[in-house]
Order: sequence, then C-alpha cells, then structure tokens
Amino acid sequence: MIKFESVAKTFRRARVLDGISLEIGTGERIALIGSNGAGKTTLIRCLLGEYTHDGSVTIDGHSPRRERTAVLGKIGFVPQLPPPLKMPVGQLIAFAAGLCGTDPKRILEVAGSLGLDTTPIMDRQFVRLSGGMKQKLLIAIALGREANVLVMDEPAANLDPEARKIFFELLAERTASATMLISSHRLNEVASLVNRVIELDLGRVILDDRVADDVSLSGMLACRISAKRVEPAFVKALGTWNFEDLGGGLEWQGLVAGPDRLRFLGMTSRYVALISNLSITEVNK
Amino acid sequence: MKHLWLTARLDIVESLRARWFQIYTLVFGGIVALLFLFGLTESRVLGFVGLSRLLVTYIQLTMAILPIFVLVTTVRSVAGDREAGVFEYLLSLPVSLGAWFWGKILGRYVVIFAPVFVAMLGAVLWALARQIEVPWEIFTYYTALLASMCACFLGIGMLISSLARGTDMAQGAAFLVWLVLLMFLDLILLGVMIQGKVAPEVAVGIALANPLQVFRTAALALFDPQLIVLGPSAYVILDTFGAAGFRLYALAYPAVIGLLCAVAGYVVFKRGDLP
Repeated sequence: MIKFESVAKTFRRARVLDGISLEIGTGERIALIGSNGAGKTTLIRCLLGEYTHDGSVTIDGHSPRRERTAVLGKIGFVPQLPPPLKMPVGQLIAFAAGLCGTDPKRILEVAGSLGLDTTPIMDRQFVRLSGGMKQKLLIAIALGREANVLVMDEPAANLDPEARKIFFELLAERTASATMLISSHRLNEVASLVNRVIELDLGRVILDDRVADDVSLSGMLACRISAKRVEPAFVKALGTWNFEDLGGGLEWQGLVAGPDRLRFLGMTSRYVALISNLSITEVNK
Repeated sequence: MKHLWLTARLDIVESLRARWFQIYTLVFGGIVALLFLFGLTESRVLGFVGLSRLLVTYIQLTMAILPIFVLVTTVRSVAGDREAGVFEYLLSLPVSLGAWFWGKILGRYVVIFAPVFVAMLGAVLWALARQIEVPWEIFTYYTALLASMCACFLGIGMLISSLARGTDMAQGAAFLVWLVLLMFLDLILLGVMIQGKVAPEVAVGIALANPLQVFRTAALALFDPQLIVLGPSAYVILDTFGAAGFRLYALAYPAVIGLLCAVAGYVVFKRGDLP
C-alpha cells in the first residue's frame, strides 16, 4: 500500500534521510521510533507530499506530491504539536470537512465520543484551546472521514485515560481497513498499539521488526488495587484513571484500555511502596 | 475552485483575528479620521479644496505607508505560519497547491485592500452626509491605484515568502526591497544624473520601472496634469505615454509586476519544500 523506494532527503549538507526503502501493507500498524533527528518527521513529511526528495513515495501507486488531492484525501494526519491556528474551531472543522468531502457532523461526533463538547467552543480560537482539547479535535478531524492511512505523531500524549480508551477503540474499528503510522520518541509509548516497529537512526532504518499482535486495541483490563494507606497523590492519580473507591481510599477498582497497560503500570510503579495488592485481568468487551 | 475559496476564506478569517490587521486598519482609518479632524477639507492647496484635498493627502500618506506595511505583514505572517507548523498541518489536508497559494493571495488581497478602501469610502460617505462635493473621478482613480498598489506589493511579498525560509530572513528581504525601491525614487537617480554617468532618459526609465515612483507620479498627475513639479522629467513621461496613457500605465504596470512576482512565488513554492 505505502511504498518508500530509496527515499533520501538532504537539508543543505545534512543528509536527514539516507535511502530509505520500506513497504507497508494494509492493516499494518507501524511504530516509527527514533531519537530526535533520526528522520521520523522528515519521513512523515515526505509521505504527506510536503517535502521534495530523491527516490519515490507512493500510496497505492500514486504520488502524494503530484496527486495531492486524491492521495491526501485518504490520509488522516495528527501532528505532535498542534498548529497555532487563530481561526475559530467551527471554521477549522468546516475547512477540513470541505476539503476532505466529509460531513462536519461526523467530525463533531468523533470529537464528542472523545469527550470534547464542541458546542461551547465553536467560536473560540483553536490556539486558545487546552492541549488536550486541541489533540482531541485534531484526532476527530483525522478520524471523522474516510481515511485509510492514519499518520499520527504521539497522538495520545495529551489525552486523559478515558479519551485514550475511546481513541484506541476508534482505531480498533479501522484495523482491518487502515494502515497506521504512529511516530514516537519511545517505543513503550506506542508498543501496545502496533504490530510492526521501525526504528530510524541518522536517516536509516536500523530495525524493522514485526511484533506479537496480542494486545487488542479494543480490549479492556479489569484492575483492582489495595493500598496500605491513604495517599492524596495516589488517590488523585487513580481518579484520573476513573477508578472507583471501594472503601476509605484503600481499595480501588477500574477498567484500563488494553493498549494503555504499560502507561497504567508506569503510573502504579511510582506508588509501588503504597500498593499491597494489584490484580489485572483481561476482560472481553 | 471550491478549495480556492475555502482557502481564501480561511486566510481572511485568520487575518481578521491577527494583531497586524487590527493595527493596519487602525492606521488607515486613523489617517482619514485625523485628516478630517485637522480640517483638511477646509484647506486649499494648488486649487484643491474639500474632499479632493483630503483624498490627495490620503493617497500620498498611503503610498508612504502601504508598501512597507503590506510587504512586512505578508512575509511575517506567511513565513511565520510556515515556521510555526501551520503549513505542516493545513497542507496535510487534500488541498491542491494552486488552490492553497492563490486562495491565500486572494484572501490576503481582500484583507489588505478592504481597510484602505473602506477608509477612503468612509471619507466619501462623510462628505456626502456633510454635503461636501465628492470628486468621483479622483475617488475612482485612486481606488484603482490603491488596488494596483496592493496587488503589486502583495505579489512581491508572496515571492519573498516563497524564497525565504525563515521569518527573520523574509522580513529582512522585504525591508531591503522596500529600501531599494525607496532609494531609486530620487536619491540615487538624482546623484547619477548630476554626475552625468547615465543619460537622463535612462534615469527616468529606471524611475518609471520603479512601482513606487509610478504611483507617486500618477498621484501627482491628478492634481498637476503637466507634472510641473517633476521638472524636465515630465517631458520624457508625457512624450512617451501622454497624460491618459501614463494614468493607464500607472495602473497596469504595478499590477503586472505583482502578478509576475506572484506567479514566480507560486513556481518556487510548488517546487520546494512546503513546510
């Protein structure tokens, strides 16, 4: 579906991409990882037809540079840093929907399912939204249309656990029909979302590995935690994960999205001395 | 075409909320307000009285301010948007590069032309309300002159924005272009003519290739048809173009310069890296 053939990009004398060749099929979920300057953003920009480069990039045989409207109509993109757009939210949605030929209501529905109530913010400038709101809106614009390639740069970084859970479910609905390219500095941020890992370093692919696809994007984990004593910071942290207090702040239970397990365990590890019991059970949804 | 309008509308909405636009509107609205406040409609210079006097002063001030304002705000906002990642995101949407670039120019044109025109129109409406005679010929020609001036400097601004990668570089280049045009108004040309290094016709030719000088001369020609204030240069201009011909040239030439610069900017934009 996506084909990079000997893609090279040089900025002045710095070679940022050094002859990258990759083939990515439909349904693959790729983690594009690497340190700063590895070439992730440049590769994504080549895929979006934004950079000129040597070699070729095609999606279903079409060039994103020469056949922009046809190819980009199928790509949903979520940048890592939201652009500082001064236009009102309503205008941005209308603009994106108009270009993508989708119904703005569809974008609003996805935003609503991510927990973003767009009604009171339609006239507010996009740049004035909080980080999480911006991220949800950009995800809604990317998912609220017929995109069969999703390119996302740390898409869940600014989302709360509940929104992340829904985001994973939305991605799960598209696993059969869409190809996903998720960029991140660290593999553990996106490991549970993907079935293939591509690591870049100095513009070259240094790792291309298919990983076990055991984690279902829509799977859930039932968790139960016992604490030795009541610690406000721990209570607050569990609150952000929508955990229910079963007794005096000492017993907690809640549901965690399957792909969020590493992140959840990362949170609990900070309070490991407080935890007397922790159980995690996969539940079918 | 739909994408072009969408982009133009987007640029207008973005600009209306930008601080530069508020200052820009305030400056031109303020000029007209101040001219009224100082009773310029009551004064008389070279036989000009009433609204004609105000419009002549307004166009002179506009010619001094508008080029640098349009150049700097255009390159700042376009190059600034590119640096801030606005292009990266918006150009990931399925919009053709032609619709994006020309839509942006169209939107920007509306935004820079509207305040200068509305300020002038406001003066005319005020005059009508106060039963001051309105010089419609001057008003129409000055409107066309302003439209041409906006097109010229917007085109140059978009070319600079396409060529320069960073805001600082773009801003510096815009300032340099303005400075060169300004210097070739009188300063350098007078010097080389006095030294006898070039034929007077060449010096006048260079001046007439300078859009700033063309506007200046066209504005003068309306209240001084024989261009007496220009001295002997007037003979070259009037012999070459004729009075009506020069008025037409003053509208068409800068607009063509702007269009050519915009086309060159588009070619550069289309061939290079977008964000």
